[in-house]
Amino acid sequence: MAETGSLNMIQALGNALDHYLERDETAVVLGEDVGGFGGVFRVTAGLQEKYGSDRVFDTPLAEAGIVGMAIGMGLGGLRPIVEIQFADFIFPAFDQIVNELAKYRYRSGGQYAPRVMIRTPYGGGIRGGHYHSQSPEAYFAHTPGLRVVVPSGPYEAKGLLLGALECADPVIFLEPKRIYRAAKGEIPLDYYTLPLERAQLVRKGEDITLVAWGAMLHTCQEAVALAEGEGYDVELIDLQSIVPYDLHTLVRSVTKTGRMVVVHEAPMTCGFGAELVAAVQAEAFDHLRAPLLRITGFDTPFPYSLEDHYLPSAERILRGLVETIEY
Amino acid sequence: MAGLPLFSILNEDGSCEEAYRGLLTDEEVRQALDAMILNRILDRRLLMLQRQGRLAFWMTSRGEEATILGSAASLLPDDPIFLSYRELGCLLWRRIPLPLIFNQLIGNSRDLCLGRQMPVHYCYKEWAIPSVSSPVGTQLPHACGFGYAAKMRGTGQVALAFCGEGTASEGDFHTALNFAGVFATPTIFVIRNNGYAISTPESSQTAAESLAIRAEGYGMPGFQVDGNDLLAVAKVLGEAVARARSGGGPTLVEAMTYRMGPHSTADDPSAYRSDDEAAEWNRLDPYERLKSHGIWRGVWSEEEEATTRATWDERVVSTLAECERHPPPRIESLFEGVLETVSPQLEAQRDAYLAAHRRRQQDEFEVP
Ligand SMILES: Cc1ncc(C[n+]2csc(CCOP(=O)(O)OP(=O)(O)O)c2C)c(N)n1
Repeated sequence: MAETGSLNMIQALGNALDHYLERDETAVVLGEDVGGFGGVFRVTAGLQEKYGSDRVFDTPLAEAGIVGMAIGMGLGGLRPIVEIQFADFIFPAFDQIVNELAKYRYRSGGQYAPRVMIRTPYGGGIRGGHYHSQSPEAYFAHTPGLRVVVPSGPYEAKGLLLGALECADPVIFLEPKRIYRAAKGEIPLDYYTLPLERAQLVRKGEDITLVAWGAMLHTCQEAVALAEGEGYDVELIDLQSIVPYDLHTLVRSVTKTGRMVVVHEAPMTCGFGAELVAAVQAEAFDHLRAPLLRITGFDTPFPYSLEDHYLPSAERILRGLVETIEY
Repeated sequence: MAGLPLFSILNEDGSCEEAYRGLLTDEEVRQALDAMILNRILDRRLLMLQRQGRLAFWMTSRGEEATILGSAASLLPDDPIFLSYRELGCLLWRRIPLPLIFNQLIGNSRDLCLGRQMPVHYCYKEWAIPSVSSPVGTQLPHACGFGYAAKMRGTGQVALAFCGEGTASEGDFHTALNFAGVFATPTIFVIRNNGYAISTPESSQTAAESLAIRAEGYGMPGFQVDGNDLLAVAKVLGEAVARARSGGGPTLVEAMTYRMGPHSTADDPSAYRSDDEAAEWNRLDPYERLKSHGIWRGVWSEEEEATTRATWDERVVSTLAECERHPPPRIESLFEGVLETVSPQLEAQRDAYLAAHRRRQQDEFEVP
């Protein structure tokens, strides 16, 4: 048996980066405060000491510069791993990500394909107001040429991060910061990867399919327990990879249950739930027994004082589950 | 800091050349000392409140008060100040009532911004303080644009924008200064060079000898000033404001100062800087320097300091307690003001949520 350790998500991510820097000499970590300080969430703590400041370093405070430079480093044969301090601050780099990084492979006919990985903490529930709470997955999902991955726990975080680092495509790796320091998981300390593009069946159930990712998965687990108390059997799926997404697992589940609820923190309109609902109804229409439902943040900026109302709660999810089942 | 002389006025004993005495009136010196004392009381108390879990977040400004207050003191009341986030002193200089500040920090129902933003993201239109945003540097082009509007409409206003030396690395900094230069807007950019952007030292932001020398590349005057010397800041800013008001265009000011406290309540400076360094800057404490000056002028004394501190201490505690009693904003307010009118989609979301919320509250109060 391989050795395991009890790690929270921050430690699991740091451990993954450590493994990868060890394995791939071209790997370089860059971003704001990632060097000596180890990042404001301390994911990269200790890496500069171990790998030197050529491979783990602080940049000037300029997100467009960081991503643009990383693209150039990728073109020049390095494997940059970027940290953007908060997903809310990725927008100064939006042009570099959306117009440059995402399109490089395509527009060069495959001659160039810079392997840039961008990690960034995202999501609400930490009293961060609208600039420290947003969930920007749909912006990137809408851009062909990027992968978008969201882990939901320490085991997934490490495996998916290493999976993403082995992958040849640009990846936006969104880390749900609300659960950064939540429960530790017993995870392998060795190198392991989890496949991208695969949803995880977290719990089998017969009555309804519930889909979520990141921190919302945990709220969904509470809702599932409440539903169980009321006699409903929920199948819970952790999407994990937003793009490309595992439609097969969703369709197979909905074919069985005939019902689906999608939960996310981002606003409803054009949120990623809209995509899942559209795709699943097209594939599983004949099996549906109720309208597919989205439970999401509202079409407002992420609030500060009223964030508990904004974020889908276990109770709101439960109500959606029950309404859909009893439709 | 070669290249440009660092401009100071205050001598170690608090004296200054006679010519500079008139930079600030006696009353202004007293107002600045008063604001500095209150600023420090708030810094300490709010940090404590955050540790007790009563406040989500706080950002300190201890050490940078001379830069902040000296800049604010050079403006007229309706000149807008585009804050970064550390410039509480500007609110104090403009005498924004304490309850309004606390209501913002707490995010309660009396907050003018309806509890929508984190602590320190101030906005007070009546006091010409536009809304603070977290993404750093985004306010700099706004200050350029406001200056353009003021010039075009002939209001005579001057726009002031603050940023840190880290923020001067952002693209928005370049854009703002370039535009301000091209359009000769009445805009003043003040870089609070406090040594660090969170943990990253100034030397990791730029390889240049100073940030002030960038001004030349944007076609505007640039100055480096002793940011812990309130008179020096007032002198440089006063000239910049006069130039801007008379159609002379923008100015870049780099104020050399030091962030004595942590970046924010989420930060631990001992992880990246030495106590020695901080002690070195302690000697240049902006309050102590202005205090000596006040005493030298004969407008300030130890007793005055003690009474001012005691008065503020008491008022801060009682006002805080009062503001903490206000409830959070109405839930309905969550759905208001996204656009001028509520969209049909959001209306549906609101109605469904509020209906469910009321049902739940009824259930809670129903006695079985
Ligand atoms: C666009 C953006 N990137 C990153 C951050 C995170 N952040 C907040 S404050 C800060 C440091 C800013 O340093 P500086 O401009 O020197 O100002 P100071 O905090 O020293 O006053 C950083 C990196 C942010 N708020 N916005």
